[in-house]
Amino acid sequence: MLNLPIYLDNNATTQMDKRVFDAMTPYFLDHFGNAASRNHPFGWQAEEAVDYARGQVAKLIGADPKEIIFTSGATEADNLAIKGVYEMYSSKGNHIITATTEHKAVLDTCKHIEKIGGEVTYLQVDKEGLIDLKELEAAIKPSTILIAIMYANNEIGTIQPVKEISAIARKNGVLFFTDATQAVGKVPVDVNKDGIDLMAFTAHKMYGPKGVGALYVRRKNPRVKVTAQMDGGGHERGMRSGTLNVPGIVGFGKACELCMQEMESDTQRISKMRDHLEKELLKLEEAYVNGSREHRLPHVANISFKHVEGEGLLMGFNKNIALSSGSACTSASLEPSYVLKALGLGDDLAHSSLRFGLGRFTTDEQIEYTIKAISETVLKLREMSPLWEMYKEGIDLNTIEWAAH
Amino acid sequence: MAYSDKVIDHYSNPKNVGTLDKSSKNVGTGLVGAPECGDVMRLQIEVDESTGMITDAKFKTFGCGSAIASSSLATEWLKGKSIDDALKIDNMAIVEELSLPPVKIHCSVLAEDAIKGAINDYRVKNGMEAIKFEESVVH
Repeated sequence: MLNLPIYLDNNATTQMDKRVFDAMTPYFLDHFGNAASRNHPFGWQAEEAVDYARGQVAKLIGADPKEIIFTSGATEADNLAIKGVYEMYSSKGNHIITATTEHKAVLDTCKHIEKIGGEVTYLQVDKEGLIDLKELEAAIKPSTILIAIMYANNEIGTIQPVKEISAIARKNGVLFFTDATQAVGKVPVDVNKDGIDLMAFTAHKMYGPKGVGALYVRRKNPRVKVTAQMDGGGHERGMRSGTLNVPGIVGFGKACELCMQEMESDTQRISKMRDHLEKELLKLEEAYVNGSREHRLPHVANISFKHVEGEGLLMGFNKNIALSSGSACTSASLEPSYVLKALGLGDDLAHSSLRFGLGRFTTDEQIEYTIKAISETVLKLREMSPLWEMYKEGIDLNTIEWAAH
Repeated sequence: MAYSDKVIDHYSNPKNVGTLDKSSKNVGTGLVGAPECGDVMRLQIEVDESTGMITDAKFKTFGCGSAIASSSLATEWLKGKSIDDALKIDNMAIVEELSLPPVKIHCSVLAEDAIKGAINDYRVKNGMEAIKFEESVVH
């Protein structure tokens, strides 16, 4: 039986795995101790659980457990990495290189760095969403201390050439930080093979709980340190104070363990469904995939349906299918997605986009329903669209002088 | 964002979707908005030249549900009205009827502009002067 509504917004957050929930429950009521309490069994139990989870998290990314700094999520980890490196390495320089398609948690942190005297270079991306490695290398100068480039993009799923980026960073003696929020647990990420110095990721994007994430901080070759942005009891090797969220961390650990075990089979199943969804939807006229199809997360598809507006499109089925649109009509700004615009998409195509994020719990039946519902709505709205009519009459929409609004 | 029942109804069962012959002398066409802004509305009226009454109205809209509902509602209101009465349709009446939230007021403004555009197109085609309207502010 097909249960509605269908959830296809797994880049926003994922449904928690029941097995993760089961692992967490004892740590709310029974094992409630503070992991920093060193003198009684309640504390020991909590500490043991945290240590175990730290091992599970580290293992998924090929790190040493000591290199995991637990945070409240990826946004905090992004902030800690960028601000922490900026402060810690201020004697070396003040220049950071990032890209225009980064998540707001990185971009806004970089804006903050600029306000306090830092210098930031924002690399453009090509039409697939990839940065140019030559541009990256050319942007490095003696004052450069950090390259901050995401592992995979949240809107289009494009995976950056992480190994090549880290090689350039290494060669120039610059630290490499990557926001891997969308990638960890979905594709194999190994901090050593990938040459990553700092990495942000979070539990709730991989079937774990909200409110817990981590910053990976390399301890060897080179030893990296960040200045704490949260002062207090000196938890997490002094880099992030605050009583540890024990149930959250236990859940995060379990989520990582499950991803480790099931990533391969999940990916196979999910990417097959994604490819089928994409193939069927591209049968509609004037439908385009946004971002790289070659270098892409296996569960993401971002498609523009020309001459149909995204929010209007969502309304056709959003009671039954949960999706995101690159059209920002719902927000006060009315500006379409800056990521899609960075690919060189016109505002009209950006307004016409849908983002599909499949996940562990997506079924073939849900995908079939989605293909049908979206195809029908696109056709219906095109019948209603003056742009579609003009397009069909062979009118070049760019030649029309639109009223200023 | 939750839509009002009336918006959902117009979106699901839009009234008067279609195209009138824009070259016809008794048809006025208003095309407003821009694809970059995510809203384009085309509203057309057919006028009985002897009585000045609007006998038919059609729309096509590229935009969100509120934009579609605003234009659908506008065509309903236009049918059977005189040109003079049609000019009195105010965007706030659309806002009220559809319970549009503040971020969607621009959809109603667009509909009002489309009505005025259609009427002016009809007037110019028939040798009358275009009416000068104050610039709309909410966009």
